[in-house]
Amino acid sequence: MESEKHVIDKSEVMISIRDLYKSFGDNHVLAGINLEVFKGENVVVLGRSGTGKSVLIKIISGLLKPDSGTVNVLGKEIETLSGRELQELRLKIGFSFQSSALYDSMTVRENLAFPLVRHSKHMSEAEANEAIVSVLDAVGLEQAIDQMPSELSGGQRKRIGIARTVILQPTIMLYDEPTAGLDPITSIEINNLINLIQKKYNTTSIIITHDLTCAKTTGDRVAMLLDGKFIKEGTFEDVFKTEDERIKDFYNYNFIESK
Amino acid sequence: MFSKARSKENLISRGIDNFFINIYEAFRFVIRFFAEVFQPPYEFREIVRQCYEVGYRSLPLITLTGFVTGLVFTKQSRPSLAEFGATSWLPSLVAIAIIRALAPLVTALIGAGKVGSNIGAELGSMKVSEQIDAMEVSAVNPFKFLVVTRVLATSFMIPVLMFYMGFVAMLGSYLNVHQNEMTSFISFFEQAFEKISFLDIFSSLVKGIVYGFTIGIVGCFKGFNATKGTEGVGKAANSSVVVAMFLIFVEEILIVQITNSLR
Repeated sequence: MESEKHVIDKSEVMISIRDLYKSFGDNHVLAGINLEVFKGENVVVLGRSGTGKSVLIKIISGLLKPDSGTVNVLGKEIETLSGRELQELRLKIGFSFQSSALYDSMTVRENLAFPLVRHSKHMSEAEANEAIVSVLDAVGLEQAIDQMPSELSGGQRKRIGIARTVILQPTIMLYDEPTAGLDPITSIEINNLINLIQKKYNTTSIIITHDLTCAKTTGDRVAMLLDGKFIKEGTFEDVFKTEDERIKDFYNYNFIESK
Repeated sequence: MFSKARSKENLISRGIDNFFINIYEAFRFVIRFFAEVFQPPYEFREIVRQCYEVGYRSLPLITLTGFVTGLVFTKQSRPSLAEFGATSWLPSLVAIAIIRALAPLVTALIGAGKVGSNIGAELGSMKVSEQIDAMEVSAVNPFKFLVVTRVLATSFMIPVLMFYMGFVAMLGSYLNVHQNEMTSFISFFEQAFEKISFLDIFSSLVKGIVYGFTIGIVGCFKGFNATKGTEGVGKAANSSVVVAMFLIFVEEILIVQITNSLR
């Protein structure tokens, strides 16, 4: 398994987060987050629901503003960017939503063409079509090209959602609960797809999840989020080789649940 | 007792705060529309699609309402005018009522109910299912694609629907007048437009544009700011209609006052 792992370039920091704080009213969701993600690395952020995992990647993509702290993505500090600069940076960030967030009123082809035609002005219709077919082939759903999102299963929607972000060939991928609500077999397929995309497009990824199988399969490094802070970081084995009851509880709960 | 009164006071104060915050946010939303409408990229295909959605899909309802309004208004006015032997004034009376007041107002109210609620619900649902966020993170400006296109479509199509409704209502009126007085089609419309001035047509056009803009911007604002899942979508659709109708009535009073001062 280890030999199949990709190359991580520790000399190049793709995402750097320093003293990040975010609250919603009295709810202090993030309370001093520090994180560095290296080129080619898959970092899994593990934690229970409502611990602020999704808030973290929404801040990285500029969808939410932090209360304090700095977020540096590809050498650019998110907070200081103008609207146009943020748009340019977002072209290099792919975001796979928990709900897939496919555009209901468009077919799969139109969903994939939507960002592509707007950012590749000189691309002919044939070239765009070729890119769409190629990315659908990569996620194994070429046959769904003319279907509506409502006609797809949960797993298929996730794959199309990932395909839509990959079509712009991002440098960084952010996955929000990629296996939530899926059966174990489809979850494994999605985990394999995340690894496949990492290899094929050489992306750096942050994967938000509470699914230990997903964390073990996809993560080079795991960071455990609790009470707004990372309480432990390391490889999957390192994180769960612990006497910390909170981490042990989380592991046991997943184990019992998966049984 | 004292703490109860205090919490009530807090609730009222928070309600007032929210009211003014909402007005401020709505104002910013309108300013953003005017800032973005002239900036490229222009989503022409989406504007045409929205015009089709707003205009063509509203035609059956507008046709039926217009025809019934013209026919019933003429029928109801006839006895009063007949008392004075003034039924020959019917075409002029109906034309003034329809062109000046009924066509713009009824079209706008139907538009607020049908189009406004549709926009509020559609954008609200896109908001709560993260589709708007998905657009934003793929570096596509959702305001431009969703809001600018819809507001332009309603601002353009409501005046078109309004004039169409006016024409259909006049046809309904003609049917009743022809049935009773055997008036010819040409002489009916000659009499009808005798009392209609350029100012009447122009003020109706202005009303149509203003009402169309109101329906579009309110629907988009409510949808764009929807929260709390499906409940929020329902609220967005509902408040799109209520707020748009309220604003349309206020605008009607203002435009009528301004038009009358110009006569």
